[in-house]
Amino acid sequence: MEINLEEQFQAKIEQEIKIEPRDWMPEKYRKTLLRQISQHAHSEIVGMLPEGNWITRAPNLRRKVALLAKVQDEAGHGLYLYSAAETLGMSRDQMLEELHTGKAKYSSIFNYPTLTWADMGAIGWLVDGAAIMNQVPLCRTSYGPYARAMVRVCKEESFHQRQGYEIMLTLCKGSEAQKAMAQDALNRWWWPSIMMFGPNDDNSPNSAQSMKWKIKRFSNDELRQKFIDVTVSQTEILGLTIPDKDLKWNESRGHYDFGTINWEEFNNVVAGKGPCNKERLNARVKAWENGAWVRDAATAYAEKRANKKNNSTEAA
Amino acid sequence: MTNKEWPLWEVFIRAKQGLNHKHVGSLHAADQTMAIENARDVYTRRMEGVSIWVVESKYIHANEPSEQDALFDPANDKVYRHPTFYILPEELNHM
Amino acid sequence: MDQKEVLFDYILHLADNSMIIGQRNSEWCGHGPVLEQDIALTNIALDLIGEARSLYQYAAEIKGGNCTEDSLPFLRDIREFRNLLLVEQPNTDWAYTIVRQFFFDVFHYLVNKDILDNSNDLRLKEIAAKTIKESTYHLKWSSEWVIRLGDGTDISKLKMQTAVDDLWDFTGELFILSETEQKAMDLGFGADLKKAEQLWHEKVKEILNEACLTIPSTDFAQQGGKTGIHSEHFGYILAEMQFMQRAYPGLEW
Repeated sequence: MEINLEEQFQAKIEQEIKIEPRDWMPEKYRKTLLRQISQHAHSEIVGMLPEGNWITRAPNLRRKVALLAKVQDEAGHGLYLYSAAETLGMSRDQMLEELHTGKAKYSSIFNYPTLTWADMGAIGWLVDGAAIMNQVPLCRTSYGPYARAMVRVCKEESFHQRQGYEIMLTLCKGSEAQKAMAQDALNRWWWPSIMMFGPNDDNSPNSAQSMKWKIKRFSNDELRQKFIDVTVSQTEILGLTIPDKDLKWNESRGHYDFGTINWEEFNNVVAGKGPCNKERLNARVKAWENGAWVRDAATAYAEKRANKKNNSTEAA
Repeated sequence: MTNKEWPLWEVFIRAKQGLNHKHVGSLHAADQTMAIENARDVYTRRMEGVSIWVVESKYIHANEPSEQDALFDPANDKVYRHPTFYILPEELNHM
Repeated sequence: MDQKEVLFDYILHLADNSMIIGQRNSEWCGHGPVLEQDIALTNIALDLIGEARSLYQYAAEIKGGNCTEDSLPFLRDIREFRNLLLVEQPNTDWAYTIVRQFFFDVFHYLVNKDILDNSNDLRLKEIAAKTIKESTYHLKWSSEWVIRLGDGTDISKLKMQTAVDDLWDFTGELFILSETEQKAMDLGFGADLKKAEQLWHEKVKEILNEACLTIPSTDFAQQGGKTGIHSEHFGYILAEMQFMQRAYPGLEW
C-alpha cells in the first residue's frame, strides 16, 4: 500500500500536479518542506534586522519610507511563509521556538553587519537579487501553499532590488566619498551574496531528492552562475569593481568564470561564528519575550469577551 | 504566562466591487476585530482589496482528498452540460 | 510674525508631530510583539511620515530658497522643532507606545477634523482630507489596544496604568496654545484647540473607562515642545535621524 501511494505521489509530481496540504505525501517530503519553508520564513524575519538598523538613520524622507516599507514587506513575507509551513502541521510558535533555541537555521547573510548607508544599496541589489534568483523558480515548486506564498513574495519583491540598485546608482553618481562607500559595500557583500546559493552541488546532499520532488528546480551552482552572469553588467553600469581577480568571461562556457569561494568562512558563519549571529538571535528572542505579556493580554481579553457574549446569549 | 498561541484565521479578499472574495492566505489574531485589521495591514498594503472576510481556520470544513475520485470524476462524462455538445447549423451565428 | 511666517511655523507644528512620532514608531520595525502587529505599527509610521512629507513640502514652498522637505527635518536644530513633548517620549515598551499613540491619535484626529471643516487654507484642507482617513484608522487601532491591554491580564493592566500615569503629564501641553497656534486660529487656518480639548477629554475618558484604567487626577502639564524646549531624549532622536546629513553635508542620496 505504502509503495503504491509513494508511486502515485511521484506520478503527480511528474505531471506537475501540485501537492496540497491534506494530500498524502511521504513523511520525508513533509519534513524537507517544513525545514526549508520555516528556514525561509526565519530568514525573512531575521533579515529585517540588518536593514532595520538604518531606518532611523535614512538620509532623506524618500529613502526612509522606501526602506521602512521594504523591511515591513519582509515581515509580510515571513508571515506568508510561516502560514505555508503551518499547513504541514507545525504551529508558528513551535517554529519560532526552534529559531530561538538555535535548532533552526536562517540565511547566513544576515549575520553580517550593516556599517554604512551604502549597505542598504548593496543588500537591496545583491542580497535581494540573489534571493529573487532563488525564489522565482520556487513559484513553481511542487507544494501548493509554498508556491502560492512565493508568487505573492516575488510580486512584492520586485521593488526591493530596484530600490537597492537606485541607492547604489545615486552613490556612484555622487561624490568620491559616496563612490568609495559604494565600492566598500560591494567588497563586503559580494562574497557572502554568492554564498547565499548554498554549498557546491557536490557537497549538497539533499539537493538531488529535492530536485526529484520538484521542490527545487535548479541546483545551487546553476543559480549562482546565473546570478553572477547578470550581476556583472549591472556592476559595470555602476562603474564599480567586483572583488574577484579571477572573474572573467569564458567564451566556450558562455558564462563568467569566478574565483574560489571561501567555504571555511561560510561554514563558520553557519555554525554561529559570524560577526552578528549572537546579536541577531538575541534581538529576536528579546522581541518575542518582551511581547509575551502583550500576546497573553490579547488572548485573555478575547476570552473574556467571548464569555461575556456567551453569557448574554444564554440570558436571552 | 499562558503561552497560548493566537488562533489562525483564513483571509478572503474582494479585489474590487463585482468580484468574489478570494482566499489569499492566513494569519494569527486574538479576536475577530483584530483579524480583520491584521488582514487589512498584511494583505491589502498594495490596494489589493475593497472588502475583507476572515474565518477562524478551525471552522473551515473540507472533503477528504481520498474521496476525490468519487466526488469529482462523475462530472467528467456529462458533456451534455456544456454548450459545445449541441450541434447547430452554422448560419445560426450566436447562440 | 507676518501671516506667511505664522503659516510656515504652524505647518511645522503639525509636521513635526507626525514626523517625530513616526520616527519613534519606526524604531519598532523588526522588534514588535508579534509579526502582525509589527506590520500594523509600521503602517502607521508610514502614514505619519507620509503626512509629514506633504506638510514639509508645503512649508518649503512657502519658505522658498533652499528649503526642501528634507532640509526641514534633517537640518534644523532642536530649538527649531515645534512638536509636542508627548511624541518624542521613548518607546519604553508596547504599553507606553500604545498609550502615546492613543493620546496623540485623538488629538491628531480632532485637529485634522477641524482643519478639514473650518480652515480657510485650501492646501491644509487637502492634506487634512487625506490625513483624516489614516487617522481614523489609527485611532480605532490604538483605542482597541488600550482596551485590550487595560482589560487583559493583571500584568497588562498594571503596565498600561503606569504608562497612562507617566504620559499624562505631557497631555496638558496639547491644548496650551503657542503664540503661533493662537495666531493661526485667529487668522482662520489653524485648528480650534479649545473645542478640541473638550472632545479629547471625552474620548479619552470613554476609552480609558472601557479599558478599566484610571484617569490621573493631576492637572500638572509639562510643556515646552511647541516653543522648542524639548526633553533630553530629543537630542538623540536628532543625532540619529540627522546623522547622514550632518556627516556628509549637501549630498544627494
